[in-house]
Amino acid sequence: MSAVATDLAIRARAVAKAFGKGDSRVVALHSADFDVPCGEMAMLVGPSGCGKTTLISIIAGLLARDHGELSVLGTDPSALSGDKRTSWRLKTVGFVFQQFNLIPQLSVVENVAVPLVLGGTRMSEAIERSSEMMARVGLKGRERGSPIKLSGGQQQRVAIARALVNSPKILVCDEPTSALDGATGQSVMELIAETCRGPDRAVVIVTHDERIFRFADRIAHMDDGRVDRLTDRDGNPLDGAAPQGGAPMEQHA
Amino acid sequence: MRIFALKMLFGDSAKFYGILLGLGFATLLISQQSSIFVGLMSRTFGFITDTPQAEIWIADPDQRYLDDNKALRTTAVQRIRGIEGLEWAVPLYKGLIMVQLPDGQRQMSQVIGIDDSSLIAGPSRMLEGTLDDLRRSDAIIVDERACRREFMLKRPPEGGPPRKLRVGDVVELNELRAEVVGICKATQTFQSQPVIYTTYNRAIQFAPPNRRMTSMILAKAAPGEDVDALCARISERTGLSAFPTDAYREKTLQYWIRETGIPINFGTSIILGFVVGVAVAGQMFYNFTLDNLKYFGAMKAMGATTPRLLGMVSMQAATVAVLGFGLGIGITSAFGLTVPGDRLAFRMTWHIPLVAAGAVTLICVASAALGMYRVFRLDPADVFKG
Repeated sequence: MSAVATDLAIRARAVAKAFGKGDSRVVALHSADFDVPCGEMAMLVGPSGCGKTTLISIIAGLLARDHGELSVLGTDPSALSGDKRTSWRLKTVGFVFQQFNLIPQLSVVENVAVPLVLGGTRMSEAIERSSEMMARVGLKGRERGSPIKLSGGQQQRVAIARALVNSPKILVCDEPTSALDGATGQSVMELIAETCRGPDRAVVIVTHDERIFRFADRIAHMDDGRVDRLTDRDGNPLDGAAPQGGAPMEQHA
Repeated sequence: MRIFALKMLFGDSAKFYGILLGLGFATLLISQQSSIFVGLMSRTFGFITDTPQAEIWIADPDQRYLDDNKALRTTAVQRIRGIEGLEWAVPLYKGLIMVQLPDGQRQMSQVIGIDDSSLIAGPSRMLEGTLDDLRRSDAIIVDERACRREFMLKRPPEGGPPRKLRVGDVVELNELRAEVVGICKATQTFQSQPVIYTTYNRAIQFAPPNRRMTSMILAKAAPGEDVDALCARISERTGLSAFPTDAYREKTLQYWIRETGIPINFGTSIILGFVVGVAVAGQMFYNFTLDNLKYFGAMKAMGATTPRLLGMVSMQAATVAVLGFGLGIGITSAFGLTVPGDRLAFRMTWHIPLVAAGAVTLICVASAALGMYRVFRLDPADVFKG
């Protein structure tokens, strides 16, 4: 992939996005620049409404950008048509949601198997691979139980197992620790850090939880639809960061 | 994903059983009420069905339906026999006469007097004795159903416990002696009175005297004769109404459908069944889809295409439709098999399950379509909005 050649898993330049039309038009992203090198864990932080969720949704191929440039492992998901983008998401992106979104009627291992089955893997093989993934996240022996009988931390581990079971290159996490207590949140982050990093992978996490900043390789501070500054986990400005604050969206519009 | 769709459905047991019961109840109400309605309507022309020998039914022009007794002059049959193109024509008496049983009980009964010589229009099935036994003096044949019910002797003349009326017993019809010579199985009519067969001439002796004693005339066309043309000829020559069997059955049926409130009563129950299905099962299935919307959203984000998710909802709807219909039609069938036919008119024709299936399909398709619309409109980005 070209992304590996450039060592950037994610490269966003002047990405802009607005919702609605006319008087009800709201600009969520004015002009965001954001890079994530391969093998790194990046965090998006900032006040509510600053555009974190919009940016992560565009990177993950859930939303299409209005303007700017985007490359995720060499592909611009916004340029793909609906079905192709869905297929790209299935192969490329793993999701960890704030509310876990585990299906209560399915067993734990069946929840983990969902992305594999969506990808066309036979059920028996999907269950086998999902069981292996559950062992990796420390939930061996809980395969047949119901997810609602697990603790919050265990449910988030199941969600992580589900996100990783088909080996996605990009892991996107939305507030993965917000529903967890401090200790459980730390252990979940340790799990993400140890299982998701690799030379051909990248992790993007949206969070408000400062306690997990220590896991980040870079932290993008967002405000008013832009990446305001880029720091390391200790708050020091990062050298060689992508140029920030491109042309405002209004100029494109 | 089909297996996951089914597990999601069965896993939400409260909603699943609620939907199932709603659809089952709707199917039960629609099919059971329809079957009883069809059963009742079939009884209105039961005598016509039981008399396959007759091709032409001749009656007073003002007669509205089979049991609307507007008697003809006893000479009418002679006039009919004079019309060319008929193989035979026989008189029929059909009327209510008071019967006194051997133990003194009195019961108004429907007496059918059939042609003395040919015995055409006799009971279709004899359980004891033969139709020819009617040629004996004072002979009558009694319906088996009446023997078990209205003609049950509470104080038999010979003493002992109550027993059914049986062959050899002597009863009185309008205070005239009659002897039971046979027991038959007659198709139950819409009227609930016991049915007694005898010959025409004996019947008009039992009945109160009147110049008009012939209830109707049954006839058969000669071979090669056009029945419709013959009916028209009879009407033209005699001023009486003449109908081919099918038309007469339809005329009787249409009277009950158009002139009575029966279809409205049953129709209300059937519509109620449909409304219950929509209100309970349809609403519950839609809510089930809404409850799962966030999971469908998560799956959409993870890479499930919209057609795939719509397929899951369709499969869930089809499953509850089949199971709910099966439950309802199964209970209706068990009801029909269990309840005695002489107590309740019940006739499930092949159309009825089809109509019930159509109603259930409509309920499921409508509720699934609403749910599918929500799934179709689902924005996968919403999963990040909590």
